[in-house]
Amino acid sequence: MSVDLSVKVSAIRLRNPVLVASGTFGYGEEYADHIDVRKLGGIVTKSISLHPRPGNPPPRIAETPCGMLNAIGLANVGVHRFIEEKLPFLRSLDVPIIVNIACSTVSEYAEVAAILSECDGLAGIEINISCPNVEREGMAFGSDPSTAHTVVAAVRQATHLPVIAKLTPNVTDIVTIAQSVVDAGADAISLINTLVGMSIDINSRRPKLANITGGLSGPAIRPVALALVWKIVRLGTVPVIGVGGITTTEDALEFFIAGATAIQIGTGNFVDPRTPLRIIEELKTFLEEEGLESISELIGSLTIEP
Amino acid sequence: MPIHTCHILSHERLSGDVYRLKFVSEPICRGAQPGQFVHIRADVQSDPLLPRPFSIHDIDREVMGVEILFQVVGSGTRILSSKRKGESIEVLGPLGRGFGVDHERRISVLVAGGIGLAPFPFLIKRLRESGHSVFVLAGWKTVEEIVGLERIESSGASVDVATEDGRRGSCGTVTKLLNTRLRAGDFGSESEIGLYACGPGAMLATVAHMARQYNVPCQVSLEERMACGVGACYGCAVLAADRENACPEYKLVCKDGPVFDMNEVCLK
Repeated sequence: MSVDLSVKVSAIRLRNPVLVASGTFGYGEEYADHIDVRKLGGIVTKSISLHPRPGNPPPRIAETPCGMLNAIGLANVGVHRFIEEKLPFLRSLDVPIIVNIACSTVSEYAEVAAILSECDGLAGIEINISCPNVEREGMAFGSDPSTAHTVVAAVRQATHLPVIAKLTPNVTDIVTIAQSVVDAGADAISLINTLVGMSIDINSRRPKLANITGGLSGPAIRPVALALVWKIVRLGTVPVIGVGGITTTEDALEFFIAGATAIQIGTGNFVDPRTPLRIIEELKTFLEEEGLESISELIGSLTIEP
Repeated sequence: MPIHTCHILSHERLSGDVYRLKFVSEPICRGAQPGQFVHIRADVQSDPLLPRPFSIHDIDREVMGVEILFQVVGSGTRILSSKRKGESIEVLGPLGRGFGVDHERRISVLVAGGIGLAPFPFLIKRLRESGHSVFVLAGWKTVEEIVGLERIESSGASVDVATEDGRRGSCGTVTKLLNTRLRAGDFGSESEIGLYACGPGAMLATVAHMARQYNVPCQVSLEERMACGVGACYGCAVLAADRENACPEYKLVCKDGPVFDMNEVCLK
């Protein structure tokens, strides 16, 4: 008999717990020629803003040890073109679609959430709160408990869809941020977004990214992500989606054992587009070998006592 | 086409740090267009993490072989250079938009700067199959750097070399050579000429400038650091040619290119 990989992230039912992370899977169509995207547990779209964004000047990426830096600048087609041009394909897949939203003011977040709520076939909204707040001197919404609360509460009010808050690790105390987004009505938390990093070309003495700093992702950040996921799981509030440097089934298992209800594959898609599907298959094998009937028996099974 | 494991048929060092590697891939052999690229992972370790893009150098249908010509520039290419015949690599491709063959213009002039020669043997084949006359202008800084030329010379194209040290062919840059030839009308009627260029950014900008001057179309093959290779990460952006609006617009080298019409992108 086959093992049960299905999970529920708040009201979002997933056939399997392996999603693809925002910004690493475009609008889904880009990978459709390369893997069977219908087998994914879910797709989190590129960050969508109210208006189209061209993104940052190049160079936008640089490779670093076991990872990469990116400063794409949230390039996207804007919510209206997203609905017209990108959503029909995503909807045709019969895979839960979670739209990630990223804006520069609280009212824009609420507006985008309200517009998306009018669309059929969406499983949820993931809020990227790592974006600079133009009304607060560009400070990231997610770096302060009160602004994080304000954004999540505004989105919560604007939509009936499940709301996932994606937390940034670039904060002094992620627990207070997590608590405040839960208080504001977040149904789930995903973490971590990228860590701020920098790389310099020693010959030209210029930063490798035109934006100077960028977001670090890939296996290099995985232990950081795992520690923070475990911290938030221990709060025992809402389901947690683990993200950060997962490229193998062993990596994924660590997150489930730590208590993540689902995981997202990000940079791992670039390394090998087959990564999420391979992990889904290998999770089944692992559970069978362990004599477990469902992934839920594994989730949060971390043993701390000696 | 999904990523697939490919066997290395041959791997030779052509000069100091330039290699030519041939691997078996029937789907790439059958489906690839000149100017497209393949995304290669030589190793399944986490460092270096990302695949590396290489333009398709040539296709050998008899053995379903695909060739790349590459220069060692960092850790990814260094590891690839250590791969031997019989070993395998992970390949995603063919990817991107290749060169378009302009059937209205049957005199094709290919301009290469250094390792920018890489995609031309495959293109020459396709152009000659379509009955085009093919001229190749290839430039290097020094005579020692010349590499991969024999493949071009045996392709049936007419070849002209420029070196900046003047020790082989014309003395000076390949763009200077192009200008001389265009001015002299050496290729034939301008209304018949189509330009194809691959090389450093400054060279491409100069070639495009001349193409406009002589009113001939020009396709350029660009290079940029890439992560996904399929248009998902938006990492390999290049500024689109100036538009009416003040807001910048970007194209993706991996998906919209790597080959662009010179009027689509800002060359500098």
